[in-house]
Amino acid sequence: MLKIRGLEAWYGASHVLQKIDLDVARGEIVCLIGRNGAGKTTTLKSVAGLIDKVGGSVEFEGEELLGLPAHVRFHRGLAYVPEERRIVPGLDVRENLRLGLIASPLKKRETQAIREASMIFPRLAERITQSAITLSGGEQQMLAIARALISQPKLIMLDEPSEGIMPVLVDEMFELFGKLKSQGATILLVEQNVELALAIADRAYIIDQGAIVHHATAAALLADAEIQEKYCAV
Amino acid sequence: MAGLTLQLLGLQLFTGVALGALYVLLAVGLSLIFGMLTVVNFAHGAFYMLGAYVGMWLLMHGVNFWLALALAPLAVGLLGLAVERTLIRPLYGRGIDYPLLLTFGLSYIIVEGVRVVFGNTGYPVDTPEILQGAVNIGVGYFPLYRLFVIAATAVILLALWLFLERTSFGLIVRAGARDPQIVRILGVDVARVWLIVFGLGTALAALAGVLAAPLQGVIPEMGGPILAEAFVVTVVGGMGSLVGAVLAGLLVGVVVSMTSLFAPEMSRVAIFALMAVVLLIKPQGFFGRAGLMS
Repeated sequence: MLKIRGLEAWYGASHVLQKIDLDVARGEIVCLIGRNGAGKTTTLKSVAGLIDKVGGSVEFEGEELLGLPAHVRFHRGLAYVPEERRIVPGLDVRENLRLGLIASPLKKRETQAIREASMIFPRLAERITQSAITLSGGEQQMLAIARALISQPKLIMLDEPSEGIMPVLVDEMFELFGKLKSQGATILLVEQNVELALAIADRAYIIDQGAIVHHATAAALLADAEIQEKYCAV
Repeated sequence: MAGLTLQLLGLQLFTGVALGALYVLLAVGLSLIFGMLTVVNFAHGAFYMLGAYVGMWLLMHGVNFWLALALAPLAVGLLGLAVERTLIRPLYGRGIDYPLLLTFGLSYIIVEGVRVVFGNTGYPVDTPEILQGAVNIGVGYFPLYRLFVIAATAVILLALWLFLERTSFGLIVRAGARDPQIVRILGVDVARVWLIVFGLGTALAALAGVLAAPLQGVIPEMGGPILAEAFVVTVVGGMGSLVGAVLAGLLVGVVVSMTSLFAPEMSRVAIFALMAVVLLIKPQGFFGRAGLMS
């Protein structure tokens, strides 16, 4: 479904991604692991269309994405939940959810969106009229995920979904990812919480200093303490 | 004597609100454009002047006032769309000073263009017949046309509020002003939103120009001073805040009219004194968010 070949990215003069190759097949959860600053977020942003200076190729369902603006990539069925600035502070929960529908190729109604969101995370439905900024970090993350799911994307890219979130909510979230997978969703996941991520992932790539240094099935990586020690220790 | 003074103050208050209404229309457009596009639009005063001239030209050619009130903002708004699309868009992502300098230069071009077409001297503009005269507003007789300016501004603000709060496009504008990246990754073509917001802002400036024309006539330089005052309003209200622009616009209008009652020569200074005081107490203005410029 997603086929990344020789992806390169620059921030100004610094060359932050060097020839990344990565594949995600339909129905898979693929995990991208690495230390802070290794290039995980940049990889997702490059695929989402938020990095100006990129090279190589990113094919999504056989079509080249590089060169397309970010909003067109969303229309192709690509959802991205960023690590920071997940919700829009001035809006309430309902408006944040509606935002996920406005440009969606699916023409659904607001009430339906809210019903679906409340099926994903019931606590969002309870707080539907609350200003999004008053939600806890975990609830804000749930809101961002629900907002991305409402458009029924073909591929969801999640950047550090467990970052700064209470463990009990992290469990709820990963339970959801597992459920989404069983329903056939495709996920590209960046996660610091390696054990948790590998437990639900099919395969994983390890990125270090802007390059993919290792690639294996999740089960093999979970068993490989040496590799984990070398590239994942924070 | 006391009664007379109170009466005078009351009338002056209304005069201030009418003046403030024009500031509000300009400042709301400036604020929308700054909040969404981070463009400090120095051509805003020129669009205001252009609106007044287009309105006057239409009236001269026998178009009735109500039609002119709709057509002039439409025409200038279309020009605003063209300006954003061709001149400002290439400058996005280059920092705040590029579009600032561009619009600064553009304002000179527009003013000179108007001078070439209409000459250096100004023209008076008649108040439409139906809005001539004065009405008793309780504290005395007040010019009907100024009341109309207040009412028209209120209607526009209400429409703008409904547009921003009730429509999908309004939701995008509110979200995009906070975080353009989020709306982009949710599939919104932000460039199109910016285009429309710039056009809307210039149309509001032009509308203020048409409304101002019967009050003060038209001259090519009319956009200069009021732009400075509108900037004060956006700074006092908080850059990018629409509620702030409305409250600060009315406040500045009242401060000007009250000062001119007691010390006419001080009224301009009073505006900047007010701004200095507000900035000392609240550097981001009434409703501004800190760090917007960074």
